[in-house]
Amino acid sequence: MTTAAPLTTTPVSKTEGKKLSAAATAKKKLTSPWASLAAVVIAVLWTIPTFGLLISSFRPEDAIKRTGWWTFFTNPLVTFQNYEAVLDPNEAGANLPASFLNSLVMTIPSVLIPLCLASLAAYAFAWMNFPGKNVLFIAIFALQIVPLQVTLLPLLQLFVSWDIDGTFWTVWLSHSTFALPLAIYLLHNFIKEVPSSLIEAARIDGAGHVSIFFRVLLPLLTPALAAFGIFQFLWVWNDLLVSLTFAGSPAISPLTVQLSNLSGTRGTAWYLLSAGAFISILVPVTVFLLLQRYFVRGLLAGSVKG
Amino acid sequence: MFTTATTTSQKILQMFAAILLFVAVIGLILYIASRFTGKRDRAIAALYLAPTVLMLSVGLLYPGLRTIYQSFFDASLKNFIGFDNYTAILTDAEQLTVLRNTAFWVLVTPFLATAIGLIYAILVDKARMESFAKALIFLPMSISFVAAGVIWKFMYEYRPDQGSIKQIGLINQIIVWLGGKPIQLLIESPLNTFLLIAVMVWIQAGFAMTVLSAAIKAIPDDIIEAARLDGVGPLGMFRFVTLPAIRPAVVVVLTTIAIGTLKVFDIVQTMTGGRFDTSVIANEFYSQTFRSDNRGFGAALAVVLFILVIPIVAYNIRQLRRSEA
Repeated sequence: MTTAAPLTTTPVSKTEGKKLSAAATAKKKLTSPWASLAAVVIAVLWTIPTFGLLISSFRPEDAIKRTGWWTFFTNPLVTFQNYEAVLDPNEAGANLPASFLNSLVMTIPSVLIPLCLASLAAYAFAWMNFPGKNVLFIAIFALQIVPLQVTLLPLLQLFVSWDIDGTFWTVWLSHSTFALPLAIYLLHNFIKEVPSSLIEAARIDGAGHVSIFFRVLLPLLTPALAAFGIFQFLWVWNDLLVSLTFAGSPAISPLTVQLSNLSGTRGTAWYLLSAGAFISILVPVTVFLLLQRYFVRGLLAGSVKG
Repeated sequence: MFTTATTTSQKILQMFAAILLFVAVIGLILYIASRFTGKRDRAIAALYLAPTVLMLSVGLLYPGLRTIYQSFFDASLKNFIGFDNYTAILTDAEQLTVLRNTAFWVLVTPFLATAIGLIYAILVDKARMESFAKALIFLPMSISFVAAGVIWKFMYEYRPDQGSIKQIGLINQIIVWLGGKPIQLLIESPLNTFLLIAVMVWIQAGFAMTVLSAAIKAIPDDIIEAARLDGVGPLGMFRFVTLPAIRPAVVVVLTTIAIGTLKVFDIVQTMTGGRFDTSVIANEFYSQTFRSDNRGFGAALAVVLFILVIPIVAYNIRQLRRSEA
């Protein structure tokens, strides 16, 4: 809803022209050394918090408690015990290996289900004629603005009455539902850009809606599906609110819930919190580093969700 | 299949069962659709849209309407009490603090994050290692708010000011190095709210930078060239060329961050749990509904959140329309 046709534009521009942009000119005259200094200061400010905790996660428990992480550079002590401790359910009181699995089990269907359903719906909106099409499309579009909070309690009551509370189904169903309006909107924007001559040609060849969808559209849709898929993956992986509401019990709770609990119950056990935090960000940061281009697109596209 | 999975193999099996079940549903829909030949658009469209419409009606529309209805009831959701919940939100001292904090969040975060993102985007534009420099600022966007909360809680850590005890939080250590006394950063109100806001700014600046950097790079070269030939200086270039050209993007960034900020829950929940006068609407909603079982009141808070989001979204859409026209 925010950026216009976000999936078709490439936010990270590859065109590095020789000419200076307006901003670059402005920067030039801000006298380069100062501009560089300012950039470095911001970059350092933005990196130090993560860096400090990362260093700490490899320092012995005692050292973390007694001295600041910056003393590491004068007195480097390295250990992997914090990671061992946080992965040991008896010690940490938080079963991180199990919750890592829970995060994964929650996330995969919560990405696949809305992607498939939204592709079908977006195709219907883009290439079919039926009464009430525009009204329905606008209605779905408008549902994007509903904050999750508004739905949580009635949904929980529904899940209890269906007797699926405390199972992964609650998370799969709710995340899939919440994802649909945005996914449909984005994929529709993308699908309707496909030249109609392509669709018409396939139709003349006798292809029905099913084979047009699979043979013509799906290959073209891959970048959009990847962008939304990655966005949704990180959204679900990083979510706390939905998981806390539906999957708060230790048996199925994901990393975010466990880490948040750890921060509440053992808020000063930094040897556990530091290692736990880095285990939880391992997956999103890997996704970010490997798939940065798609990731940025998806994030720009989906930034108002929830 | 619909019970709580407890062992690893159960969990993985249940996941595959869910995916299979779902694939079967889609397969059935496509199979039926393929039986319709010719121009039976209506029937096929109905099939394609059925699961979506069903899920959205049951999972979003119905719960939303039900929450609005429940917001007029008491904690047990049995007795109708009219607008009492809303009156309480607007008069109760504790709730006024919640509203005040929410106002701080929404007023400070978007502007600060956008300003920093814009400055940084300009500073690193066409610089050496531009993509690396951007990745540094953008990385916080990829991690969870919970992890970000933990990272910053460590920055704000406080140790009492006694002879041999050393600070382990960087902020307090800097205060001590500068000759000050360590502060209980997350307990002092209203300072603590602004320190939580800093975490959100830290996360959102990367988003602002990415969008604005793309907008800056999209400014046509001939406009810049023409301005340069007219002798426009660097600050004039920013004021009269860059800023007008990226104005729509700035509006989108501001409103998007504002909406995200209104719903912020994870940061407050992880760092203070809403204690020490740091609660905001989204966090208060959670504690009232699920911790205090004050359900009608929680519903009213959710509705207030909804009402606050609407004008921002409306403004956002209007700006988008204008820029498209």
